[in-house]
Amino acid sequence: MPAVANHDLRYLLALVALWVFLGVAGLLTSRGGRLVARVLFPMGALVCLLVAVLAGVFLVSGLAPQVIVLPLGLPDLPFHLRLDALSSFFLLLLGVAGAGISIFSAGYFRTGEGTAPGLMGLQYHVFLASMAVVILADDAYLFMVAWETMALSSYFLVTSQHRIPEIRRAGFLYLLMAHVGATCILLSFGVLQGGSWQFTFDAMRHASLTPFWASTAFLLALLGFGAKAGLVPLHVWLPEAHPAAPSPVSAMMSGLMLKTAVYGMLRISFDLLHVRFWQWGVLVLALGLFSALYGAIFAAVQTDMKRLLAYSSIENIGIIFAGIGLSILFETCNLHLFAALALCAALVHALNHSLFKSLLFLTTGSVLHATGQRNLGKLGGLIRRMPWVASIALVGTLAIAGLPPFNGFVSEWLLLQSFLFTPQIPHAFVNMFVPLGAAVLALTAALAAYVMVKFYGVVFLGQPREASLAEARDANWLERLGLVWLALGCIAIGIIPQLALRPASAVTGMLLGERIRTTGSLWFIAPIASRQATYSGIILLAGIVGVVGVTFLLVRMMAHGRVRRVPAWDCGYPHQTARMQDTAEGFGQPIRHMFGAFFRMERDLPLPTDNPPRYRIRIEDRFWRAIYLPIARAVQWLAGLVSVVQGGSLSIYLLFSFFTLIVLLVFVL
Amino acid sequence: MRAITIVRQFGEVALAIAIAPLFAGWIAQCRAWLQNRSAPPLRQPYRMLRKLFLKDAALAATASPLFRLTPYVLFGTMVLAAAIIPSLATDLPFARAADAIALIGLFATARVFLSLAAMDIGTAFGSMGARREMMVGFLAEPALLMVLFNAFLLSGSTALPSLVDNYSAHPSFIDPSVIFAAVAFVMVLLAENARIPIDNPATHLELTMIHEAMLLEYSARHLALVEWASNLKLFNYACIGFALFLPWGIATHGADGGGAMLIAIAALLVKLIAAGAALALIESLSAKVRIFRAPEYLAMAFLLAVLGLLVHLLLGVR
Repeated sequence: MPAVANHDLRYLLALVALWVFLGVAGLLTSRGGRLVARVLFPMGALVCLLVAVLAGVFLVSGLAPQVIVLPLGLPDLPFHLRLDALSSFFLLLLGVAGAGISIFSAGYFRTGEGTAPGLMGLQYHVFLASMAVVILADDAYLFMVAWETMALSSYFLVTSQHRIPEIRRAGFLYLLMAHVGATCILLSFGVLQGGSWQFTFDAMRHASLTPFWASTAFLLALLGFGAKAGLVPLHVWLPEAHPAAPSPVSAMMSGLMLKTAVYGMLRISFDLLHVRFWQWGVLVLALGLFSALYGAIFAAVQTDMKRLLAYSSIENIGIIFAGIGLSILFETCNLHLFAALALCAALVHALNHSLFKSLLFLTTGSVLHATGQRNLGKLGGLIRRMPWVASIALVGTLAIAGLPPFNGFVSEWLLLQSFLFTPQIPHAFVNMFVPLGAAVLALTAALAAYVMVKFYGVVFLGQPREASLAEARDANWLERLGLVWLALGCIAIGIIPQLALRPASAVTGMLLGERIRTTGSLWFIAPIASRQATYSGIILLAGIVGVVGVTFLLVRMMAHGRVRRVPAWDCGYPHQTARMQDTAEGFGQPIRHMFGAFFRMERDLPLPTDNPPRYRIRIEDRFWRAIYLPIARAVQWLAGLVSVVQGGSLSIYLLFSFFTLIVLLVFVL
Repeated sequence: MRAITIVRQFGEVALAIAIAPLFAGWIAQCRAWLQNRSAPPLRQPYRMLRKLFLKDAALAATASPLFRLTPYVLFGTMVLAAAIIPSLATDLPFARAADAIALIGLFATARVFLSLAAMDIGTAFGSMGARREMMVGFLAEPALLMVLFNAFLLSGSTALPSLVDNYSAHPSFIDPSVIFAAVAFVMVLLAENARIPIDNPATHLELTMIHEAMLLEYSARHLALVEWASNLKLFNYACIGFALFLPWGIATHGADGGGAMLIAIAALLVKLIAAGAALALIESLSAKVRIFRAPEYLAMAFLLAVLGLLVHLLLGVR
């Protein structure tokens, strides 16, 4: 390696080490609580900010990649680290969203809720550090070590309240899926080294693989990272693990950890394998679109607010993978500019999702602390008791629903724009069916709006469904600070998309050698050509605010501002109670009706004689029974076969050792 | 020339705000004639608005600030959309703020705000209306997107001004796919604007309401703004339709002097009169479908739009 300046990478590593130090410090403090909350978590947030600033500056200044070899690890395989455009983009994402989550956590974790704050602080900061190392790793060994550290630390965070059996079960499922995924990734690296037995990424970049082995490596990586990201049908752990974890941990996992899987997918398919076949793109695109639609449909029928958000994460990951697939498809057809556009959309969406999904998970944390309820059927009307959380959640809701002028719309707009060019793909049938993907994407985006209206409407609007909600208290100031930070991120990227587009196009410049147009006017984005399509979030926001203001003044001047407070009218029906509002189940009803084929439903209808009558409906994932239970049964059956040799008596085991020795001796002699 | 474009922009917005209620009134009048009723006068919508603005607002005791803000947001988004859509001229300062896809997004913002406001009071009808409105919305958007996809294939742009300029550069150019797309667009327009096969703007039966159910708790100036915003939405949709399928008469880039503007205004009025009559005819000839037939209706619109797309790709017309 030529000696190049690598001080950015050095600083970043120091910051990562600082995270670990903060975690250990939390563990060592004897009477944890206040110190961890008031000092360590805010310090962690500061480190996040520094990471974001360093990564952002590195990205925008367009420096050459920096490498470091640390004399740690195996004797002949030291740790290689590398900072390039791709890794700095994801570090930027980690830092920006992590800062908000850490500040929120400072106000959130308290003693008496599962793991003690000191230990929680250790797990939390090790989790952050391991994600950063995953992103910086430049050899398969360090990558896998960091990947497993990430999985384990997050497992302990998820099972923070391990005395509850469902949480233990959810944690086990998560750990299982994480390891199935990790095995696939390990195998993929095994294929990628291509017989050279060099496990640095640099060697893999230059390995020449036959089409068969390249595709095998790609498929294994897709399986492994898909399991981490929650691509359907490997998504089953997400809706279990997210509700089980404390809310900041859900925010970290959904907002940040899923993005490391996106990072890994991009690193392997674009950087190491140099995307080679258009079929890969079609596969990723189809999986992504299916996951997106599937996640949105399932989110619409959930009655637990964190499960709803977990399914919404599956939807958003689907959208990101659809962008990646489209980019692979374009790139392999030599349509580089459109590939850059699609990849930009995927990257910006990853950044956006880390902001608004963290924000929403954190608001569920505040709601949970204020009310003790996760069940949508027992919430409602919180906008009056918790105005801060409600107004910030409104920003997150509008952003995730993909509405202009917020950030969710920017990435969806970019992705729809790139879909417009799919008829130029020079493969018959592909160029006819892929445009329909745009319709699936539009359906998903509109369904996401439906889901978020349900989420926000049922939790924050309407009348309280339980009397106890009247005592709900708003978030404390640290929580508010974290929420405001994330909300400002959503608004800033929404009105000035260049903030996200510039870094993302630096990544496409590195991976594809092509950038979309991001320079020029600050007011507009016109990724391909200004004649083709333009969008300006800032003008939309200014226009709406301006017209609203003028209208308000005019109405006050020309008419009046008199208001009488009266009971709700509701067509004059008397005796309305809060229980007559639409429930979360009611809101899911049209979806259950229309997309019945997706669900496995069990319905218990009450008999006329039942007192009180109970209506119960259970909705299950079809994949659970179709794929997972058969696999579990097969594993159990195999284990049963093997268990025959385990008689339990010591002499039989000694006999086995004896025969093994003899067999080995026969081979040796 | 800068000052001229700004004047033109504000003139267009003012015209849109002014004649949107008239357009709704014209459709109501045509419907009344077709149904052998005596028609309300054309200025009826204005009288209605005036009456509402002068009344005291009766606000439900449980209403939050979101409920009071929503009418203004609705009106704001619709006025902004009117500024972006090239109804009279293509050279507008605001036109670059959003292409047709972003316009759909803008309409979706308005829809989400109205639905949230409907759920705010916590009454049974309000949330029912919100749920149905969002349902119609997510069914209509894919169809609308396919229509725009078709337009993009024909002219390589999703920006409405570029589309109009392109049509006027090749005035004799007609692609068969346009017919499919136009039918799909009209179907979506009816659904999105709460017109008859999906919703009935004149209904008084709560259980079948969609749009009206969301407005039940609004009164006085808030109701006036919401109604005006719905009129503007219908007007905007009509103007998007004109830009996509009947762009004749719109003053294009470079050819937008005073005379061209007069022609544009006259053309717009003629198109609105014809479109209003056509909408009234469609609404009088069809019956409102059950709410669970709405997916079939909108799937039909989607299929027509896809058919248009496939026709274009298969025939390879350039």
